Amino acid sequence: MSTLILRTMGRLLAAVLILFSLYMLLRGHNDPGGGFIGGLICALGIVIGSLGEGSRRARRALRIAPRLIAAAGLAVALIAGFSAALAGKPFLTGLWMTVGGSHVGTPILFDVGVYLVVIGATLALLLALEEDAGRVNAGEVEEEE
Amino acid sequence: MSAAWLLFLPIALPFAGAVLAFIAGRAGDRRAPQWVNVGTTALMTLVSLLLLSAVWRDGPQAIQMGGWAAPFGITLVADILGAVMVVITALSGLAVAVYAMADIDEGRAKLGWHALYLVLLAGVTGAFLTGDLFNLYVWFEVMLIASFCLLVLGGDKAQLDGGLRYVALNLVATVMFLMAIGLLYGLTGTLNMADLHVTLKTVDAPGLVTTIAVLFLGAFGIKSAVFPLFFWLPASYHVPPVAVSAIFAALLTKVGVYALIRLFTLVFTADVDYTHGILLVIAGATMVTGVLGAAAQNQVRKILSFHIISQIGYMVMGLALYTPLALLGAVFYLVHHIIVKANLFLVGGVAKRITGSFELDRIGGLYKAKPWLAVLFLIPALSLAGIPPLSGFWAKLVLIEASLEVEAWVIAGVALVVGLLTVFSMSKIWLEAFWKPHPDGDAAVGAVALTRGETVALVAPIVLLASITVIIGLAPQPFLDLAARSAQELLAPEAYVRVVLGGLP
Amino acid sequence: MEPWLAILTGLLTACALYLVMCRNLVRIVLGTVLLAHAINLAVLTSGRLTRAIPPIAQGEGGVPETAANALPQALILTAIVISFGLLMSVLVLAVRLRRVLGTVDTDRFRAAEPPPDVAAAEDEHRRHEA
Repeated sequence: MSTLILRTMGRLLAAVLILFSLYMLLRGHNDPGGGFIGGLICALGIVIGSLGEGSRRARRALRIAPRLIAAAGLAVALIAGFSAALAGKPFLTGLWMTVGGSHVGTPILFDVGVYLVVIGATLALLLALEEDAGRVNAGEVEEEE
Repeated sequence: MSAAWLLFLPIALPFAGAVLAFIAGRAGDRRAPQWVNVGTTALMTLVSLLLLSAVWRDGPQAIQMGGWAAPFGITLVADILGAVMVVITALSGLAVAVYAMADIDEGRAKLGWHALYLVLLAGVTGAFLTGDLFNLYVWFEVMLIASFCLLVLGGDKAQLDGGLRYVALNLVATVMFLMAIGLLYGLTGTLNMADLHVTLKTVDAPGLVTTIAVLFLGAFGIKSAVFPLFFWLPASYHVPPVAVSAIFAALLTKVGVYALIRLFTLVFTADVDYTHGILLVIAGATMVTGVLGAAAQNQVRKILSFHIISQIGYMVMGLALYTPLALLGAVFYLVHHIIVKANLFLVGGVAKRITGSFELDRIGGLYKAKPWLAVLFLIPALSLAGIPPLSGFWAKLVLIEASLEVEAWVIAGVALVVGLLTVFSMSKIWLEAFWKPHPDGDAAVGAVALTRGETVALVAPIVLLASITVIIGLAPQPFLDLAARSAQELLAPEAYVRVVLGGLP
Repeated sequence: MEPWLAILTGLLTACALYLVMCRNLVRIVLGTVLLAHAINLAVLTSGRLTRAIPPIAQGEGGVPETAANALPQALILTAIVISFGLLMSVLVLAVRLRRVLGTVDTDRFRAAEPPPDVAAAEDEHRRHEA
């Protein structure tokens, strides 16, 4: 899989896609977009990068295990939900405040949580599949027939 | 604590616990996730008991998630049935979590077993507490994904194979569920169950409503493993670790039964003769096939799996008869069954630990070696068969009385005969595993010694569940009162509807 | 438009069920994907079909009368997310199964429920090892 074209473009595409995913995440505030689609795009970027560079480098670049990213995302989403409850409103009610002229609130925090969960879960599965295929190609695992 | 807290904590707690267990597993001591698991389920038990007492005192409770009023937002609502189910979920969850401390190996724990387990519990309680059909679908999926991962985690051959059987058929069920939701929304424009109760009365399309009802029946039928849709259950429940089998046996099919009870008392009551007629036939067939399937098996967990199916028949029978007494029986049976079934799987697991196998021809001599285990087996086993004075006796008695009341002689006869056959299966396990000597001689029993900590973790939950069975059996009145209130609410859901649609609290 | 979509849903469902009932594991996985799509289409149809009018409130005027119902679309979105997650897990399972069992023919998947003679032989084997 690791051709020159893929390696060169993979890095570039990864960077662009990750940036674009952040745009998508923030855009979801008022327009189509949001945490889920942003997370998918980000995961896709990382996977394309890893196809060129190998999943080991992708994992090293991430620094955090994908599953831990997912767990952190779940925690962030829970905090977003709980903060409304602590303010005496029903769970998941949006709390808003104005920072420098723009509205910031718990829904965006929740979206960030979704974003992280999607990245974590998708990467955990895709990288595992990729490494699995890699082991077969390298002949490390025998295929019975 | 306010009702708002009590309603969402049973769902939010296990999610928070899952995150904590996962992070603790990464960062800290390898035993940390276990303790997080036990602590979370213990807290859940406490909160759910508070919820039940609040519902008992003040009637059904509801909150609107995110402050969006019903029927537009998602409503969490607890009536007696919902609250009781949450209590039982938390209790059995706690028992199995303790058991898992000695049952789940380090490899599985490292892969996040405890976190997945808590997510599964969150899915189950979510399904019991939601007041919205689509939200129910989402909880079913949460449950499906978590249970599927638990089933294949650690992945030996049999587990992967069983996982495929499980997930393929359950996928079909969720797809049917979604289809039914789509059609129902197209027909009524709402998915809030209380709102549906009101709206469906004004819809003049009886044929279409019945079609949708039967689609739901199919979807939940697969989930609750009724005849003829049960094939996934005995094909997969015997492959994972005992703790997984036990929690699946206790809760998963019962969520399907709960959904059936909820929908066919609150939403689809227009053509009771037709829908509940089907249910009654299904109930009878489920009881018979389940118990006969069990008689043909020779492996402890497979016998118990088939008995889940036959017991589901009793609960569906209670729903199908659709009288106050029958529904009382169904609710009582649900509670009794969850505790007994989880316990039997746990005892089976201990027996395997001591004798080395689940195959009945390979084991024996347990009575001589561990008489206390024999007693702990007999309590849930006899209760399952309906021997007085244990919980199963009252459950069966109420149901049979209800069927005699409406002169449904056939189903009453079936229920009695199936009870007898259950005794046969239980005595088979008793004779083979406990009474006859071990085929490899007495020395083979207890060849693998358990440490003291392991013994406590394995036996304490069994003792807890067995004592609940005995308590229900000896003092059934408070539990019958609870079930009676619940049946009353189910047949006259005005209070439930009012509290959901009454706007913001 | 609705009748066509209804027919299409039926066709997709039929294809999906055919695939799901095949013995080949890959076909089963593809069948479940197709089934999910078919149902999503049905749910979409139940929420009225319109073109190019987003169901978004226009100022004080509220949502235009002719706009499609937004809820089924939200439901589908959720359903897609869920089926995506599930599909990924099933795919991983399929790859693993092919690895450990060496076949994609589900008729030869006998690990969870071995036929009696095989079970007995395996048991015997295990006893010998122990």
